[in-house]
Amino acid sequence: LAPWIPVVGLEIHAQISSNSKLFSGSQVQFAAPPNSLVSFFDASLPGTLPVLNRRCVEAAVMTGLALNCSINKKSLFDRKHYFYADLPAGYQITQQRVPIAVNGSLSYSLCIDNKMSQMVTKTVRIKQIQLEQDSGKSLHDDTRSQTLVDLNRAGVGLMEVVMEPDMCCGEEAAAAVRELQLILQTLGSSQAVMAEGQLRVDANVSVHHLGEPYGVRTEVKNINSIRFLAKAIDYEIQRQIEELENGGTILNETRAFDSKLGCTVPMRDKEGKQDYRFMPEPNLPPLILYDAKSLPANVNHQQVINIDWIHERLPDLPSVKREKLVEQYGILPEHSFTLLNEDGLAEFFESVVKQTQMKPKKVIGWILKDLLSYLKQHSLTVKESPVSSFLLADLLNLLEKKEISSTAAKQVFAELWKGEGKTPLEIVKEQKLELLQDQKELEQICQAVIDGQENEVIMMVPG
Amino acid sequence: QKVSVEVLDHLEHLALVDFRDSEGVERLQKAIQFADQLHEVNTDGMEPMDSVLEDRCLYLREDDVTEGNCTKELLENAREKVEEYFVAPPGNIPLPKLEERETFLQGS
Repeated sequence: LAPWIPVVGLEIHAQISSNSKLFSGSQVQFAAPPNSLVSFFDASLPGTLPVLNRRCVEAAVMTGLALNCSINKKSLFDRKHYFYADLPAGYQITQQRVPIAVNGSLSYSLCIDNKMSQMVTKTVRIKQIQLEQDSGKSLHDDTRSQTLVDLNRAGVGLMEVVMEPDMCCGEEAAAAVRELQLILQTLGSSQAVMAEGQLRVDANVSVHHLGEPYGVRTEVKNINSIRFLAKAIDYEIQRQIEELENGGTILNETRAFDSKLGCTVPMRDKEGKQDYRFMPEPNLPPLILYDAKSLPANVNHQQVINIDWIHERLPDLPSVKREKLVEQYGILPEHSFTLLNEDGLAEFFESVVKQTQMKPKKVIGWILKDLLSYLKQHSLTVKESPVSSFLLADLLNLLEKKEISSTAAKQVFAELWKGEGKTPLEIVKEQKLELLQDQKELEQICQAVIDGQENEVIMMVPG
Repeated sequence: QKVSVEVLDHLEHLALVDFRDSEGVERLQKAIQFADQLHEVNTDGMEPMDSVLEDRCLYLREDDVTEGNCTKELLENAREKVEEYFVAPPGNIPLPKLEERETFLQGS
């Protein structure tokens, strides 16, 4: 049997981190009383017009630059029409013809065979990034056969990031999304918390045989975590392979991932191919962006966005941060990955290194093995750690000065974890964990032990 | 050329318009004919204009919260509400197929 080649592409919607919405001045906030963050424009009342939020454009430009895209100096807005209760206007304002950024790339790393020591770098092409509106939220009340609609989310700015089908499995997709999440959080353009709907991922999956054209693809939606993303994609790949090997066909349909059952099911309300009747948004002129060369003289700075100005102020991206950590502290690349993977862990590590004489190469072991495993066991974030960087540095100094053994140090660490406010030195004294440095004292103890075990000594000496 | 019944049916589904009678369809045909006059202009090598606003500046707003907080006013427009939610049917109610609808298009 010829091997199947799975093909995976992603459409990612990231909510822009801004105070107000994309085209109106109502607030962006998770969890507020229903319909309290809704302006007349968001509710699509007649006579209202869209007004573009500058911050949203900057967020999209930053993201485009971070993903190595070409920024389109002229981009356009369009209307995408469809009917749904949470889309009061009957259309979404998006960028279908000419989006704000195109042709980028994202590099991400994978562990081979689950071994962190063997990492491989992969790249996925970014087709485009476009600005668009989010829709409201529908709460389905099946018992009363009705849908409750909350428009608080309607009109919130989104960046849709389209990744080309360069991935081949759930693991690759998950790693790519994780890296994108870290980049967005580093830029601050989106907080990208999947659990709060700030990052939504739809996967496009198909399979084919080598040398043959791509197979029919399905779209998988309703994926709520990175873990489920990998599961959903791998399930769908298997489902398609089984279907085709049994002589069936794949329908070009939209399927929802059921996390409880771990499978994908066809979605209702998605009959056939949708005709969105795209048309230019008549109320918005083209969006023009400038760079240092094209910047017109005598302009109102508030009305102008300079791509070069934004580029100069981009923070270090995760890949750069990792390189710097490896270079500066002599730690391994896989260590830098773990450091950046936990919010605040890299900062904690650097803080400890500053406060201790122990070499970073040794400190990293304490951070990644001891601290991190305790945090995971107790489901705590780095910020919630009962052991501060100060206390840990203090403990490591005692170890470094050989005042305690490493076994004793682990004991002290366990005690510190209780968060009772004692210092490492206090714990060492309390539990009598000091290493004896005095040669004479050591001899006395050894002699006492030997004296107490006379019989065993007599048996050993001839041997 | 006349617009086919399939296209008219498709449009009724997409836009939820009801062409109602032959007069409605006639009006559509005339509108298409009127717009088709554009084809008489030679546009070879020209960039299409898709908005009369193309030379205007797109105004950029500062990211301040200036609106919202008018739940009561908004809900006044709702025929039905539950607590502070708008109420809608459980899903899109699909337009019945051509054969099952009361539309003059059936006879065409």
